[in-house]
Amino acid sequence: MSAEKKTDFHVVNHSIPRRDGRVKVTGKASYVADLKLIGMAYAKVLRSPYAHAKIVSIDTSRAASRPGVYCVITGNDLEGLNPYYGHAVKDHPLLAIGKVRYAGEPVAAVVAIDERTAFEALEFIDVKYEELKAVFTPEEALAKDAPLLHEKQFEAGALRGFEGEVTAGKGTNICQQHRIQWGDVEEAFKKAAAIVEGEYYFPMAYAYAMEPYVAIADVTDQGVTVYSSAQHPFMVRHDLKSIFNLPVSKVRLIVPFVGGGYGSKSYTKIEPLVAACSWKAKRPVKLQLTVEEAMLTTRSDDAYTWMRTAVDAKGKIIARQAKIYMNTGAYAENSPLVVEKSTNRCVGPYAIPNVLIENCSLYTNTVPASSYRGFGCAQVTLPGESQIDELAAKIGKDPYEFRLANVAKPGEEFFPKMRPFDGTLKEDLEIAAKAIGWKNPLPEGHGRSIACSGSDAGAYPLTSTVVRMHADGSVTIMTGSTELGQGSHTVLPQIAAEELGVPFDNVNVVSSDTAITPYDRSTGASRTTTLMGSAVLEASREAIQQMVVMAADVLKVKVEEIQVVRGGVRCGEAQLNWSEVITKFYALPDGEVIGRSYIRKSGKFSQLPVFWEVACTGVEVSVDQETGKITMEKLVTVGDVGLAINPALAEGQDIGAATMGMGIGLFEELVYEGSQLVNGSILDYRLPRFSDLPKEVELHLVQNQDGVGPYGAKGGGEASLNSMAANIANAVDRAVGVRIRQAPLTPERVWRALKEKKK
Amino acid sequence: MTDGMRIVALKFQLNGKPVEMECEAEETLAEVLRNHLNLNGTKVSCEVQVCGACTVLVDGLPVSSCTYLAYEARGKNVATIEGLEKPDGTLHPLQQAFIDDFAFQCGFCTPGMIMAAKALLDENPQPTRAEIIHHMDGNICRCTGYVPIVAAVQRAAGVMAKESKK
Repeated sequence: MSAEKKTDFHVVNHSIPRRDGRVKVTGKASYVADLKLIGMAYAKVLRSPYAHAKIVSIDTSRAASRPGVYCVITGNDLEGLNPYYGHAVKDHPLLAIGKVRYAGEPVAAVVAIDERTAFEALEFIDVKYEELKAVFTPEEALAKDAPLLHEKQFEAGALRGFEGEVTAGKGTNICQQHRIQWGDVEEAFKKAAAIVEGEYYFPMAYAYAMEPYVAIADVTDQGVTVYSSAQHPFMVRHDLKSIFNLPVSKVRLIVPFVGGGYGSKSYTKIEPLVAACSWKAKRPVKLQLTVEEAMLTTRSDDAYTWMRTAVDAKGKIIARQAKIYMNTGAYAENSPLVVEKSTNRCVGPYAIPNVLIENCSLYTNTVPASSYRGFGCAQVTLPGESQIDELAAKIGKDPYEFRLANVAKPGEEFFPKMRPFDGTLKEDLEIAAKAIGWKNPLPEGHGRSIACSGSDAGAYPLTSTVVRMHADGSVTIMTGSTELGQGSHTVLPQIAAEELGVPFDNVNVVSSDTAITPYDRSTGASRTTTLMGSAVLEASREAIQQMVVMAADVLKVKVEEIQVVRGGVRCGEAQLNWSEVITKFYALPDGEVIGRSYIRKSGKFSQLPVFWEVACTGVEVSVDQETGKITMEKLVTVGDVGLAINPALAEGQDIGAATMGMGIGLFEELVYEGSQLVNGSILDYRLPRFSDLPKEVELHLVQNQDGVGPYGAKGGGEASLNSMAANIANAVDRAVGVRIRQAPLTPERVWRALKEKKK
Repeated sequence: MTDGMRIVALKFQLNGKPVEMECEAEETLAEVLRNHLNLNGTKVSCEVQVCGACTVLVDGLPVSSCTYLAYEARGKNVATIEGLEKPDGTLHPLQQAFIDDFAFQCGFCTPGMIMAAKALLDENPQPTRAEIIHHMDGNICRCTGYVPIVAAVQRAAGVMAKESKK
C-alpha cells in the first residue's frame, strides 16, 4: 500500500526535541495576545441577553461620546460590506443584524483607547429588544409551531468541504441533512440472531483552548491584515475577502503560535468583527475575548442518537441503522461537515453489509456549534461502541473477541466508494488487550473496556509548499500549516532534513502568513503530517532535481552522470554538497534553490479519505458504589499511525486526545437551563486536572508504514478521543452492571443508575 | 481613562532586580507585568484563579497574577518565567526537563506550569508522584494529559539533587 518502505532513517522516526521548545519554556514564544501594533485600539463586545429577539433599536450616542472611545459599531453600520460569512453556509452576520439568535451573540462593539475604556462604555449602549419564542433542542426546533431562526435563503459556501448540497435556509430550522445507505437493512434485521437498540446522548463540549479567541485587524486602502489565533488562515482569508469584496492578494492573515486549538479555532471566528471594527475606527484594533466570551463563541454539536445493530448466528455484525439529531446552535459554522462526518463515522471501523444512517442537524437558539477534535466521531462512537459491547453481552461473547471478528481488515473495501481500510485494527486491539491486561482478574467494582474508532480523516487534499535551500546548506520551509502545539514546526523540518541530508538544526520553518506562505487548506482533521509532510518531501525532492541539473552545469557533465548521495551529489571522483553546488553555480557564496510542490486530489490522494484515522483505547475503571464516582485506574492508547515521524509527539497527541475524551466521559458538559448557558465559566465547567490522571498510563504506536503520507505515515491526534466516552460507559457496565447511554457519566448519573438497578 | 482612577507608587524586586514604577490601584500583577514591563511570558487565560496559566512566585510562593493586585507586591520579590534562564543561556533544570520530556504542546500553560513546579521543588526537592499531582492540581493543561509534565518535574528533581551534591 505504501509508496515506499524505508527503514534506515537518519532524522525521521526519531523523537527529536521540539523546535519551539526553548522559546516556549522561557516565555519568549509570541501569541497574538502578546502582540501590539503602533496606534492600536482595543475593542469590547456587547452581547445579547436574549436567546431570540428582534432588535427594535440601538442607540450608541451615549457610549460613542465617552472620553477615549473612538467609535461604536453595530449591525446598522455595515453598509458597504457583505456582512454574512460562512465557508459552508453564509448565514453568520459579523454582528447581529435586525435580530439576535442566541444569548451571548455580539450586538455591538466599542473601540477605545484601551480595553477598560471600551468595556466601561458597553453599558451606555441602549438596545431595545422584542423577545421572540426560542428553541433550544432539536425536538423543539422541529416542532410544527417552532419559530424560524433564519428566514432567508442562503448561498452555499464554496469551501464547504463536502460534495453534497446544503440544506439550510429552506424554510425550516434544518441546518443540514445527510444519509448513507447500502444493503437492505430491514431484511437484515428480520434475519438477525440478536439485535440491540437504544437511545444515546452526547453532550455539548467546550474545547477550552487556554488562549481565548484573539485577533488584531488593520484595515487600510492597502487591504486587510489580520493577526489571529486561527487554525486555518487561508479559510479565514476567503471569508474576509468576500466580506470586504477584495482580491485575495489584498487580504493577509498572519498566525503566530496558537495557544491550543482542538478544532475550536478552525474556520472563521472573531476575525470579521475585528476587521469591521478597524474598518470603522480607521486604525488597528485588537479584540481579546475572555474565556466566558469564548464559551459563547463555539462549542461542539451535541447529538441525540437512536441506533440499532444486528448480528447473525455466527457472531458477524450484519446491519446497523441510526437516526441522529444534532444541535448545531444559532449558526451553521462547520456543522454541515460535522453532520456528514458523524454519519460516515457511525459505521466505525467495522465491515457491515447493511447500513442506513440518517442524520439531521437543527438550528437552535444556543451557542453556534462547530468543529471539535475528531468532529462528529465521538458523538456517534458513544452509541456505536456501546452497542458492540451490548451485542457481545447479548450473544454471550467476549467483547474483545467480538471486535476482533468484525473489524475491517487491511485493504478491505468496507465503506463503498471510500479508500480501502489502511489500518491494522486486529493488531492494534491485541496490543491494547495485552496492555490493559484484558484477561487478568479484577477486584470487585472494577471493570475494563477496549474500544476503537475509525474516521475518514485528512479533510480535502489541497496543499502547497516551498522548500528553500540556501547557499550555506541551510533550509527554510514555507508552510501554511499552523503550529498549534501538535509539533508541525518539528515534524516538517525532520522530513526536509531526512530528504535533503542536512542537519535538523539547519532547517527553519516560516509558517501561516497568507501573504508569504503557499496555500494550505487547513490545519485540522489530523492532516498536516500526511499532506503538508508529503508536500515538504516532494518539494525537497524537487529542489534536489534542480540541484542535480546545477551540479551538471558546474561540473560540465551530463545530468545523467550525476549521482545523488546523502546531502549532495557525486560524479566520478568529484563530490559536492548542496552548499558547494549552489555556491559554484552562482559563483557567489549566496543565493538559493526553490523547491516547490502542489498536492491535490489526484494520484495517491485521489481517493478520499486521505487516510482512515484509526486508534483504540483501553481503560480500567473502578466505581464507588456509594457515590457513583468513577476512578480511572488505567488508560492505554494505541495509535495506528503508519509511521511516527516523531514518536514522542505522536504519543503526545494520543494521550492529549484521550484525556479530552476522558473529560467528556466523566464530567465535561455545557448545560443550558432555558435560554442561558448556566456553566459558561471555567469555575463551573469541569475540566480534567492533574488529580484526574489515570493511575497508570501506557502509550503504544503501531507503525506498519501503511499510510499515503511520507514514508507510510498517517495522521493521528483525534482518534484517541473518539472512543473514550464509550469505553468508560462499557467499563462501568462491566464493573457494576449498569448501562449508561449518556455522557458524561457523572457520579450522580452513575449513582442514580445503581439505585435504579437495586429496585 | 477610567474615572476616578488612583495611581499608586510601586517598588518591588522583579527577577532579582529592583523595579520602581506607578500603576493604577486596581491593576493586577499580570497587567503590570504584561502591559507596563513588557514581560509577556506570563500568560492570562481564565482570569478567575482557576487555570494557573498566570502563576508567578511572590516571595517564593505561587500566586495567580490575574487576580493578585500589583499593589500587593510592593516590597516583595516577584519571580517570573523570564528570570529562570541563567545569563549564560543555561536553562533551569525544570525548563530543560520540560523540553526533554515533551511536557508541553501549545505552550500557553507552560510558564505558569514551570513556575508552579519551581515553587514545589524549592520547598520539597524530592516530591513523590502523589505530591506532584497534589501541588500542581491548580494548573490546567489542555494539550498533554499531564503525564509528561509529571515526568518532567520528576526528572528536574533528579537533576537538581545531583547538582546540589556537586
